[in-house]
This record gives sequence, C-alpha cells and structure tokens, in this order.
Amino acid sequence: MIMELIPTPSQTIGPFFHICLTPQTDLGDLTGERIRLVCRILDGDGTPVNDAMIEVWQAGAAGEYGRFGRLCTNEDGVCVFETAKPGRVAAQAPHVNVQIFARGLLKQLFTRIYFEGEPSNLNDPILALVPEDRRGTLMARPNAEDSSVWNFEIRLCADSETVFFDV
Amino acid sequence: MSQNTYRRHAPGDQPPYLYKQYASTVRRAPSKPLIFLPHTLSETSGPIFRPSAIGETDHDLTRQHAGEPQGERIIVTGRVLDDNGRAVPNALIEIWQTNAAGRYRHAKDNHQAPLDPNFTGAGRAVTDENGIYRFVTIKPGAYPWKNHHNAWRPAHIHFSLFGPAFCTRLITQMYFPGDPLIPFDPVLQSIPDEKGRQRLVAKFDLDTTQPDWALGYQFNIVLRGREATPFEK
Repeated sequence: MIMELIPTPSQTIGPFFHICLTPQTDLGDLTGERIRLVCRILDGDGTPVNDAMIEVWQAGAAGEYGRFGRLCTNEDGVCVFETAKPGRVAAQAPHVNVQIFARGLLKQLFTRIYFEGEPSNLNDPILALVPEDRRGTLMARPNAEDSSVWNFEIRLCADSETVFFDV
Repeated sequence: MSQNTYRRHAPGDQPPYLYKQYASTVRRAPSKPLIFLPHTLSETSGPIFRPSAIGETDHDLTRQHAGEPQGERIIVTGRVLDDNGRAVPNALIEIWQTNAAGRYRHAKDNHQAPLDPNFTGAGRAVTDENGIYRFVTIKPGAYPWKNHHNAWRPAHIHFSLFGPAFCTRLITQMYFPGDPLIPFDPVLQSIPDEKGRQRLVAKFDLDTTQPDWALGYQFNIVLRGREATPFEK
C-alpha cells in the first residue's frame, strides 16, 4: 500500500521575490527560428501587473524539451523572452508552457502560448478542449512591423480573460 | 500517457484563487472556470538543476557578508517528498525572507524598520539523494502590510521549489510554531483544510537544535507525485 501524504499548499509569491528569484534569460539552445516573445499582464481593471514572475518551459525546434526561462514584469507589466520558436511535440502544435506567479495569486496560474496562423493549431488536442470563442486568448500574434516579435497579452479577471488551465 | 500523469489536488488541499479577505486576489483571480488539462509531456517534463549550480554559502544566509547578521540564528531543515512518500532528490529550493527586524532588502519595502548590512535574506540549496535540505539563517520578523486595518504578516520564510516536472512547481511560505499572528493572517487562512495549514508550520526540533549555537526547525515539503499504477495499488 502506497502512503499518500497531503501535499504542501501553495502560498503567494508576494511582492518581494526579486531579492532571490533571479531572472533566467538564457533558455539554452536556440537553434531554429529566433523570436522575441513579448508578454504583458493586465489585471481586472486593465492595470499592468508590475510585480509578476513568468516562467516558461518549451521544446526546441525539433520538439525536444529542455528550455526554461523566467522573468519578472516591469512597470508596464511587460517582460520579453528571447527564444526560438518551439517545434511540435507529438500531436501538439508548437506552444510555450507558462506559469504566472504574483502578489494576489495564492497559487500559480497555468496557461499556454500558441502561435497565431500555425496550421497545426487546428489539430491540437489541448486547444480542442478550449471553447472556440476563447482560443484566441492563447494566441501570440506577430508584430506588424517585425514578424520575429510575437505579442502575448495575459488578462486576469476580465470578460476577455486569458484561458487558464487546471493542471 | 496515463502511467506518467501526476495526482490531481484534492478539494481543500490548496487555497482558492479568489479569497476576499486577501484583498489583492480580487482583481487578479480568474473569473471563469479553469479548463482541465490532461498531463502531456509538456507538463510532466521540467528543468533539471544540479548541485554544482549552488555556491558554498548559498544555503547559509548568515555567512554571505563580512559580518554576522543581527537576530536569532536558526537552522531550517527537512525532506522534500512526493505525495507517495518518496524522497525527491535534486530539487532546487530557493528561499527569501525579511531580516530580524521585519524588513526585506527590496527597493519597494517601505516598512520603517532597519536594514541589516550583513543580511540579504536569500538562499538556495538542492536536495540530496534522500530529499534532505538544510539552511542556516536568522529568524525573520513580523511586518505590517496594507491588506486591512492593523494587518501584520506572521514571521515567514518564502520557499520556491522545482520538483521533477513543470507541474510539480511549488511556491509557498513556512511559518513558525506558536506565532500569535497566524489566526489573523488571510494568506495562511486561505487554505481550506486545517491539515494543509499545519503543513506550512515548521516544527521546533531539539535534535536539530545545536547546543550553544542555534535553534532547529523541521519543515518537510510534499510535492504532488505520480498517480499510483495498478501494480502499486
């Protein structure tokens, strides 16, 4: 018989984590299509969340896992990951896995960043679980002037809020 | 896929997103239901950290400056286990805290308490093959915050852990036994189950205590584990 222990509960990261949780800007091997992933977080009032930490975990161009990064948001609620566009992982469309920590979040939020216009999005088994009218909230969109820049907006607590996952 | 999935949290194990007594949750908690995500390689893989990434004094917050910090020296140690009771080796643990006066070394901490030139309040360690970690630090202080009238956070140490997978990531806080502020703290009280709240209160331990030197506290941390296979049941 396996002993099942009660897991340790989560608590908020609070506003002072910067003294310890230093950024990891180097995601590792960036072979493939280099991109800048610009993430911005807004709260329920549309105010930028300037004290969040975003962690990303993604595959490389060939679909092999192993790239981790973390950044804190600036006064505009923005952080920018210098990375490479992930490849497909098995049947899944290219995506970046995201965890968000912040004051006011008693536990982290999980979401995913997909890439708008990617043909394999149509067959992605996770996107298929998301109501069609909300899938757009999981899409990064290319910048009109520079297609290597992808913008991803995270909206907390709003009618148009980002899809968050129960992981 | 099913053999590698992690156990889901039971209701009451974890705090909710929206907990009105903790005012900051109100404009940040999701307002729509979360979407159930089956575990794929994206969730069951995760970054790997090696002990070589840790500096010699990273686990000893009293030895990171020229002199010793003010306050009560303590030892905080414990094991990281999964919820099947198995040790979690090579787990990266990062901690941060106030100094003895209740002040963080952070530009946005405005509490009228002194900084300590000999204390940063940040540490790192990696668990050994038995899941054991150990920090030496000083006991943090309580401090006021703006959540409600006369609000004070109980003394606590923030803990950040990477287990074996992206979905075992945990950030939490450790509290001290007998702290009179605990019943009034909405952050800790947001956890529905009493047993869960107790998980976050370290235990004073005389065996960990070193004579003439420092009090010892035991704080074990349980990460979610893999779902049991039919063989194990």
